[in-house]
Amino acid sequence: MTRTHRMSVDLTRRTLLGAGVAALATPMLARRASAAPTELTMLAWYGHAEPDIVAEFEAANNVKFVPKYYTGGDNMLGLISQSPPGTFDVILSDAEYVTALNENGYVEELDPADYDIADYFPEFQNFPGNWKDGKLFSLIARFGFLGVAYNTDALTAAEASTYKVFWDPKLKGKVGHFDWHLPNLGQMSLLNGNPEPYDIDEAGWEAVKERTMSLRPQVGGFFDYGGTFSSLNDGQMLAFCGIGDWITGVLRKNGAKVDSVIPEEGGLQWSECFSIGKGSAKADLAKKWIQYITSAKGQAKSAQMAAYPALIPNQKGWDVLQAENPDEAKRQGMTKDPGNAMDMIRTGRVKFRQWPIQQDFETWNDFWSEYKGA
Amino acid sequence: MRRPISLYGLTFSLPLLIWQVLFFVFPLLFLVALSFWTVKNFALRPGFDTVNWTTIYGRAVFWQAYGTTLALAAAASVLTTVLAFPAAYAIAFKLSDTARRWAVFLMVIPFFTSYLVRVYSWQIFLSDNGIFNAILGWIGLGPFAMLNTPGATMMGYLTLSYPLVVLLQVFSLTFIDRTLIEAAHNLRCGRLRTVFEVIIPSARTGLVIAALFCFILSFGDFVSPVYLGGGKPTTLSILITDTTKSGQQWPRAAVIALSMIGTLMIVAFTAVTFAYRGKTK
Repeated sequence: MTRTHRMSVDLTRRTLLGAGVAALATPMLARRASAAPTELTMLAWYGHAEPDIVAEFEAANNVKFVPKYYTGGDNMLGLISQSPPGTFDVILSDAEYVTALNENGYVEELDPADYDIADYFPEFQNFPGNWKDGKLFSLIARFGFLGVAYNTDALTAAEASTYKVFWDPKLKGKVGHFDWHLPNLGQMSLLNGNPEPYDIDEAGWEAVKERTMSLRPQVGGFFDYGGTFSSLNDGQMLAFCGIGDWITGVLRKNGAKVDSVIPEEGGLQWSECFSIGKGSAKADLAKKWIQYITSAKGQAKSAQMAAYPALIPNQKGWDVLQAENPDEAKRQGMTKDPGNAMDMIRTGRVKFRQWPIQQDFETWNDFWSEYKGA
Repeated sequence: MRRPISLYGLTFSLPLLIWQVLFFVFPLLFLVALSFWTVKNFALRPGFDTVNWTTIYGRAVFWQAYGTTLALAAAASVLTTVLAFPAAYAIAFKLSDTARRWAVFLMVIPFFTSYLVRVYSWQIFLSDNGIFNAILGWIGLGPFAMLNTPGATMMGYLTLSYPLVVLLQVFSLTFIDRTLIEAAHNLRCGRLRTVFEVIIPSARTGLVIAALFCFILSFGDFVSPVYLGGGKPTTLSILITDTTKSGQQWPRAAVIALSMIGTLMIVAFTAVTFAYRGKTK
């Protein structure tokens, strides 16, 4: 009995030990059975490496994205310049900064034959900044419009259809600015009737400054990404300068009473482009990602990004989106109906957001600081 | 007579020295060097050019932001000190030992939550549709613009430094020689007069150091001016972020940062001198 009893105790110990070892070893064995996913680093605005966008690609290619999110092009350039070559495999950049990426040698040349550029609307096939001396260095993946963002309880779409609404006495202290000079001053330039808002002479620049300064008493605050969301969402700001559907689209989805409109003076266009980081050891995978996200399927996904929606340059992507989510396609104007997003561009109602041409970048920024401090 | 340097002494003092050199002196020297670099096409170029100093010091907006930041931080120090003193006095002199321990614990609790989260939660109270205006609305008042004002910024500064100032004041008041207070009372000094003529002078060092901490925290704070003040008026911390957004102008941001460090050093030395004036070992 005693022996039997001891046996059973020994067996239990062995069983336990064996089970423990097996339990500990199982993940290792499983890992050996299927290779660990390859890590692909992505430098981008928030949202681009989140599961709603990358999960399918990750599963299909056994890849795991490691995102490094930035806020603003300067922040992006700073992160690249402070990191050794090869740190970032995939880089998403606002179109204004693509030229700087290329001139500083931060990105690899792309082979146009690798991508479905022919599926793009003609306006985007030779997108400014993507090409240099006939060579392709980045590829536009999405874009959006900036106009007047407003609280639908406070203003009607008709009232918001001009930048002049920012001076409405009922909006005193209720006009917010997205805290970046380029979109705000570009909109002021449009209001002043400049057909090319960023290509203005000194007289034009002085007039933009004067016009902008006259808005200062109406301004309730200058907000970053998070502050813009919260101040519009809680009704603290009733109208916003310098943003568009990339903010209000997200808020509307969550039930906020906000919208944006391209006013009669015209709107601005922001654009995001993908590149492969210089010295990337995984350039092939990075290329695969850009192929995926610029394909019709990837484009439809990108248009509906949870972090912020966008328009897409791939015509076939529009077709996929219309089939997958007709309501969103209609909401964003990616349908074949007249007045759609492409018509906005083709009729000249929307201009590219870009760096000032006749003034220094710093001149605009310095004025913005003065305006904020006024 | 100089004491010989012992291994025992070095063991305890060297880590601190190494830490200070690595994480304070070296970065500070780098910041000084950086302020003379230039930027071309978004890339930093090492060199020695005074252009960043002349540009920043030549801009009215810098001096405006400097004055604003100085005034806001000074106001926060005075306000926090005045508001914290009654609480610290009550904790130090009026509460039982157990209650005092609980009060000190309660003052530590705010530090368990991120300052950013606490500031964001203030938005819920201060916004036009927020809790304060809702309460005022019940009695037919308002709404009043509270969020995105200098007052809201001040609220943020208080959130940041009030618990710390109370704690420092409590420690200072606790160590006051009680016989001095009894002597004052025996000499028919009134309660209020005792506070101003005996307690405050006795606790001067701690009170000044507490106010100094408040000044330092408020002077460099970025969160409250942005998320409660709505970015207006521009403070130096906001100006730094604006400057780095301007074509990677880190050297100019370094000039602003060094000006802030210089100011803080002057204020700190002045405050410490005042705090210990007349004190003997």
